[in-house]
Amino acid sequence: MNSAFQTPEPRSQVDDPSSLVARFSADEPLMLDAGVPVGPWQIAYQTYGALNADKSNAVLICHALTGDQHVANVSPVTGKPGWWTTMVGPGRPVDTDRFFVICANVIGGCMGTTGPASTDPRTGLPYAVDFPVITIRDMVRAQAALIDRLGIETLFCVVGGSMGGMQVLQWAASYPDRVFAALPIATAARHSAQNIAFHEVGRQAVMADPDWRGGRYLVEGTRPTKGLAVARMGAHITYLSEMALHRKFGRNYQDRSAPTFSFDADFQIESYLRYQGLSFVERFDANSYLYVTRAMDYFDLAAEHDGSLARAFKGSATRFCVISFTSDWLFPTSDSRAIVHALNAAAASVGFVEIDSDKGHDAFLLDEPEMFAATRGFIDAAARARGLA
Amino acid sequence: MTDAATFSSPDAISDGARLDFLLVADMVAPGSRVLDIGCGDGSLLALLRDTKSVDGRGIELSREGVNACLAKGLPVIQGDADTDLADYPDDAFDYVILSQTIQATRQPKIVLEQLLRIGRHAIVSFPNFGHWRVRLDLLLKGRMPVTENLPYAWHNTPNIHFCTIRDFVELCREVGARMEKAAALDAGGHPVRVTLPWWVWNLLGEQGVFLLTRIRK
Repeated sequence: MNSAFQTPEPRSQVDDPSSLVARFSADEPLMLDAGVPVGPWQIAYQTYGALNADKSNAVLICHALTGDQHVANVSPVTGKPGWWTTMVGPGRPVDTDRFFVICANVIGGCMGTTGPASTDPRTGLPYAVDFPVITIRDMVRAQAALIDRLGIETLFCVVGGSMGGMQVLQWAASYPDRVFAALPIATAARHSAQNIAFHEVGRQAVMADPDWRGGRYLVEGTRPTKGLAVARMGAHITYLSEMALHRKFGRNYQDRSAPTFSFDADFQIESYLRYQGLSFVERFDANSYLYVTRAMDYFDLAAEHDGSLARAFKGSATRFCVISFTSDWLFPTSDSRAIVHALNAAAASVGFVEIDSDKGHDAFLLDEPEMFAATRGFIDAAARARGLA
Repeated sequence: MTDAATFSSPDAISDGARLDFLLVADMVAPGSRVLDIGCGDGSLLALLRDTKSVDGRGIELSREGVNACLAKGLPVIQGDADTDLADYPDDAFDYVILSQTIQATRQPKIVLEQLLRIGRHAIVSFPNFGHWRVRLDLLLKGRMPVTENLPYAWHNTPNIHFCTIRDFVELCREVGARMEKAAALDAGGHPVRVTLPWWVWNLLGEQGVFLLTRIRK
């Protein structure tokens, strides 16, 4: 990428990502909930496995807030394995030997799908905060355009955790005939006041960084790394649990045997959070963080249906499996139960289990054998019902 | 709540299914919509799916039970009869089954009313506290009965609302349920002959199984 503005590392994937890209011309704009079109636009995605002849074995994986399309391959940015290789891969519950798995970067993201870091064709400069505010429904609309482009009518299954689970629910509500099975994990049908509050703290941290420059940092050659790192540190706490933090770190000192009577990272937990913050800013765009958190805040599936979540799923033939975790206080089991109750009220087919784990919200990304057993059982049964051997 | 460990394994469905399950399955019309409350590891739902092609759903309290059901591909939610029935719309199911569970609910009458609201029929089975061995235990030993089918001591039993077959018949009258079919199973799980009068059933039946229909008002 050769342009007038600086290209920091997180921007290297923005316009020409190391993945597949579906490009849509100015004549095929994406209409956003904000009431404005965006176009030309593009959606970056990865696929695994093979699409069968009647295109009935496609599984869409929806990523969470800071995830990307590299669900089951080495990340081109970090060099680390895909973010959900325990769930997606050969012989995994989402078995790439049997299913054609698609994972796309969300609209508003910074890994190749159009977002605030992308080049605005009108100016040749990054959109920055001129990018329209996006919603979960916009993300799903963009994915639906990709699925159309791939010639797939019905997805066999849509799977996702956290914000990915929001997209799963939105898919089932927006395109009930195109979703055979839906697997929303550790998620909610609406973002809670507490979660909006956490997001607002994160956004304010980014915007308080003088290097944010009113959002125009890419053009001005700065990076609000301190603000974004603080946002990530705060958010990271919400992904864990008190018990997991205690088990992992306790009050242990970092490379020392006594407090230093300073504001150094005396405690292991401090050192850990600082590391999390620093490594995050290497791979994520600050404005994308603002936009994607905002999309989650706006999510309230019942609101589009006169306040009735059951109405969002009325007449749905989709089979659902809802999963929550005991120690997840960010998306607590009560949020999942609200989804289940609505699905019951809509007489939809639903399974639900709360997995016993002390790992907090992050549990859905970790090695949780009970989660894998439940997802495997659900997906296998759905595959039989779909006629997929 | 039924103990998941006492259910037969899925492999045993064709030849070794529990007799009370076979009796319940016999009451269900093929191809119907069924909700099994307290479905344990899903053995009955799997039996109904495999032999009656029913569209079956389940509710189960224990995580182990729900996991076993999900692993069998059964749409089962973790929940309980006292709190999770209110959300279902009227007439959502053809049959709502409450197998060996009513005695473990906090509000058996309300639960029964909910069954008859969300299902056109309800099938209820429960251990009969009027069985002669139970009566004999209490009479001779002066202790709360502990039998093979009721293995808990009084202080750790999940069964907080025991009733006898006659008590249950009375409850059905109170909530306006018509009894379509009734069966009692003896200690071996075999049906007690149907021509016998109620008091004999109540004495010889270790379990009662009832098919109920709401009397429309």
